Amino acid sequence: MTTEAPRTATEVRMKIWRGEGSGGEHVEYVVPLDPGMVVLDVVHRIQATHAPDLAVRWNCKAGKCGSCSAEVNGAPKLMCMTRMNEFAPGEEITISPVRTFPLIKDLVSDVSFNYEKAKTIPPFKPKPKDADGKRRMYQEDVDRVQEFHKCIECFLCQDVCHVIRDHEENKQSFSGPRFFVRLAALEMHPLDANDRLDLIRAKHGLGFCNITKCCTEVCPEDIHITDNAIIPLKERVVTAHYDPIAWALRRMRGKREDFAPPQPKPPSA
Amino acid sequence: MAEINTAVYDVIVVGAGGAGLRAAIEAHAAGAKTAVICKSLLGKAHTVMAEGGIAAALGNVWKEDNWKIHFRDTMRGGKLLGNWRMAQLHAQEAPDRVLELEEWGALFDRTKDGLILQRDFGGHRYARLAHVGDRTGLEMIRTLQDHAVAQGIDVFMECTVRHLLTDGGRVAGAIGYWRQSGALVLFRAKAVVLATGGVGKAWKVTSNSWEYTGDGMAMALEAGADLIDMEMTQFHPTGMIWPPSVRGLLVTEGVRGDGGTLRNASGERFMFKYIPAFFRGDTADNEAEADRWYEDKRNNRRTPDLLPRDEVARAINTEVKAGRGTEHGGVFLDIATRRPADYIKRRLPSMYHQFKELADVDITKEQMEIGPTLHYIMGGIRVDPDTAAATVPGLYAAGEVAAGMHGANRLGGNSLSDLLVFGRRAGQAAAEYAKGATAGRIDDAQADAFAKRLTEPFERQGDENPYAIHEELQNAMQDLVGIIRRREELEEALAHLERLRARVARVHVTGTRRYNPGWHLALDLENLIGISEVVARSALMRTESRGGHTREDFPKADPEWGMKNVVSRRRDGRLVLSTEPIPQPPADLRELIGEDKPQEKVATGEPAIIGGKE
Repeated sequence: MTTEAPRTATEVRMKIWRGEGSGGEHVEYVVPLDPGMVVLDVVHRIQATHAPDLAVRWNCKAGKCGSCSAEVNGAPKLMCMTRMNEFAPGEEITISPVRTFPLIKDLVSDVSFNYEKAKTIPPFKPKPKDADGKRRMYQEDVDRVQEFHKCIECFLCQDVCHVIRDHEENKQSFSGPRFFVRLAALEMHPLDANDRLDLIRAKHGLGFCNITKCCTEVCPEDIHITDNAIIPLKERVVTAHYDPIAWALRRMRGKREDFAPPQPKPPSA
Repeated sequence: MAEINTAVYDVIVVGAGGAGLRAAIEAHAAGAKTAVICKSLLGKAHTVMAEGGIAAALGNVWKEDNWKIHFRDTMRGGKLLGNWRMAQLHAQEAPDRVLELEEWGALFDRTKDGLILQRDFGGHRYARLAHVGDRTGLEMIRTLQDHAVAQGIDVFMECTVRHLLTDGGRVAGAIGYWRQSGALVLFRAKAVVLATGGVGKAWKVTSNSWEYTGDGMAMALEAGADLIDMEMTQFHPTGMIWPPSVRGLLVTEGVRGDGGTLRNASGERFMFKYIPAFFRGDTADNEAEADRWYEDKRNNRRTPDLLPRDEVARAINTEVKAGRGTEHGGVFLDIATRRPADYIKRRLPSMYHQFKELADVDITKEQMEIGPTLHYIMGGIRVDPDTAAATVPGLYAAGEVAAGMHGANRLGGNSLSDLLVFGRRAGQAAAEYAKGATAGRIDDAQADAFAKRLTEPFERQGDENPYAIHEELQNAMQDLVGIIRRREELEEALAHLERLRARVARVHVTGTRRYNPGWHLALDLENLIGISEVVARSALMRTESRGGHTREDFPKADPEWGMKNVVSRRRDGRLVLSTEPIPQPPADLRELIGEDKPQEKVATGEPAIIGGKE
């Protein structure tokens, strides 16, 4: 479906996915463009003037809440942080919902997968306090965990991860980069006393990841997901399970294998 | 009654920001069957946007600090209009609430000896804000979210609660709709905690997201509860102003806390001209002392850049109106010439990112252009200080939706601590109440009437566009109920609101009920307009200038008005306003506030700074 072409340089033509469930199509809209606008501003203008029922998630409009994730010309992005002047004048702009999760309507997908996975992560469990009742941590020790805490749960890393993007069947046994970041944050927390290494391997499917770094590339918070979270976790899992001394120590400390090893289906991509 | 899916709980918490999550955690821990219901996805509430930090007298950076000084700063910052007991509880309990977050996994920035680092903020005598760079709210909400999920608390995401159900004057539940499907949902609950935040979306230039439509206040009012001090709105002095699409976006007070200074177009540090008598004893009157204060608080007074927000916002307004503003109608905020680039990037990473990405400004090299933005409302639901109970049995309120804690002006950093302290207290009291209460009866006629109102916009005839009405509302509130107010304009605003209300009744929503933002906005507009009316009428009633309420026609603070709350309530379908005396602090706390006659001191000296209107 097409409306008219932009008449002047101060107008923009944008194609937006419209539809519910499995049906839908890209619909083209033309609206005026103001200085400094981001993609989300244009979507809002279309909503206000052409399509009042156009579904879109957003909150902060400042890259802090991670609500307005979408695929802009095929690239997973936050619409609120994508400036319109990134596009050449007259360039066709196409906005689609994130594709890894089922569509609810228009630009809104059902991301409940992520909230279900979050429930399966053993929480932070603090070590005992110092003798004076205080807790001490040093900045150099919290720095790397604070990097992980920058995650705004936009789920763009989940959207782009081909283990689940192209393989619905893997969703059961693979939690995705967002949760490897979360698990890394817990594992590397200076005060955490919980052990999740068995779970990371068996239940969250760390082994599925073949380090293509797609997640890192799309992270709007510039978290080095692959290098700083996933690879160190893989190393810890390997050490815990395949280093005989570490393995024996864990046995002696009473850590148990609670989960059967995963049967990963290697991604085809 | 029409078939509506019903969920049954002891306690429902409406809103999943800091206050709502903290309340739910506490109610659940007390054994109440608890659910949290939120308009957005979990973790996206406004708390996530809080930047600078959580105020708590931990004494990690300045050991001289303690709750008494925090109490003093809060009461003075609120121009003595605050509820003393809330300010006391807040100051006393905030440190425990912050340390509790650490027990749940939060990672604040550290001092050299490994404790929680604290930063300077406006109106606080000592560096007091526990923080994580400039993304403290994200750390706080994620910590609470993860903890709540780990406790197994039920969460209803993307579910909007729209009306409270009552049984003979007490709360019996609530009714709302799922955003995804459009299906209605009814909650039966013995107690309801409202933690829905403010009403910022009534203004054009605001730091608030779409969610801030005054829902909690509107529901409480409808259910018979009192609101107080609704004229007290906070314009945060530093919002982005250019380009237009980011106008209003928050620039953290932490920029000034970490050494940034305000300048007018000719480079003058103008805040030295705007030190009111009430704060003169605490505030440096020259640049050298102000700059020394960051390092040596014992021998220097605080920079006027960090006066309370109401003072700074009015000063900026005056500079701009006097023709000393920037190209786009603001002033400059400069940290580039005052701190090294790596320090700025480490302390203020999201400010650096925000300006770089959205405004093409490198804040380590250039000044920021900023101006006031509607950020917060001090007024809200009247609550009991100890239990957060509203004036309707079974109803509780915590966070921005509640009132009293911040008086006429909130200090930066006192909001996050408020959410934790009173969120916990509300959850505790609601669970306690639920234990001793039987479930209220659901009045089918009432539920049916509300259900009909929810779906009405689909049935109505008319051609009004809800987005256009919203834009007009925002323009009207911005122009007529802004930083500087006067009688004629407030009356004009009220007339305008009546016209808008009539137009909302002619909004016809198109499309299906599935995730339909036009429908959601049509419903939100009723709350926005209803609460805007309460703000305008309260502003008309308070004939003085104090904190977040400045009247051009009554430019001074009035000691009499300093002892009164403006109370709004709905009786026989009509909004009724009155004044009631504010409880006065006991002698020992009065002493902490300082001054022999503090009300007179607020009122003396120069009149409130007013720049006039265009």
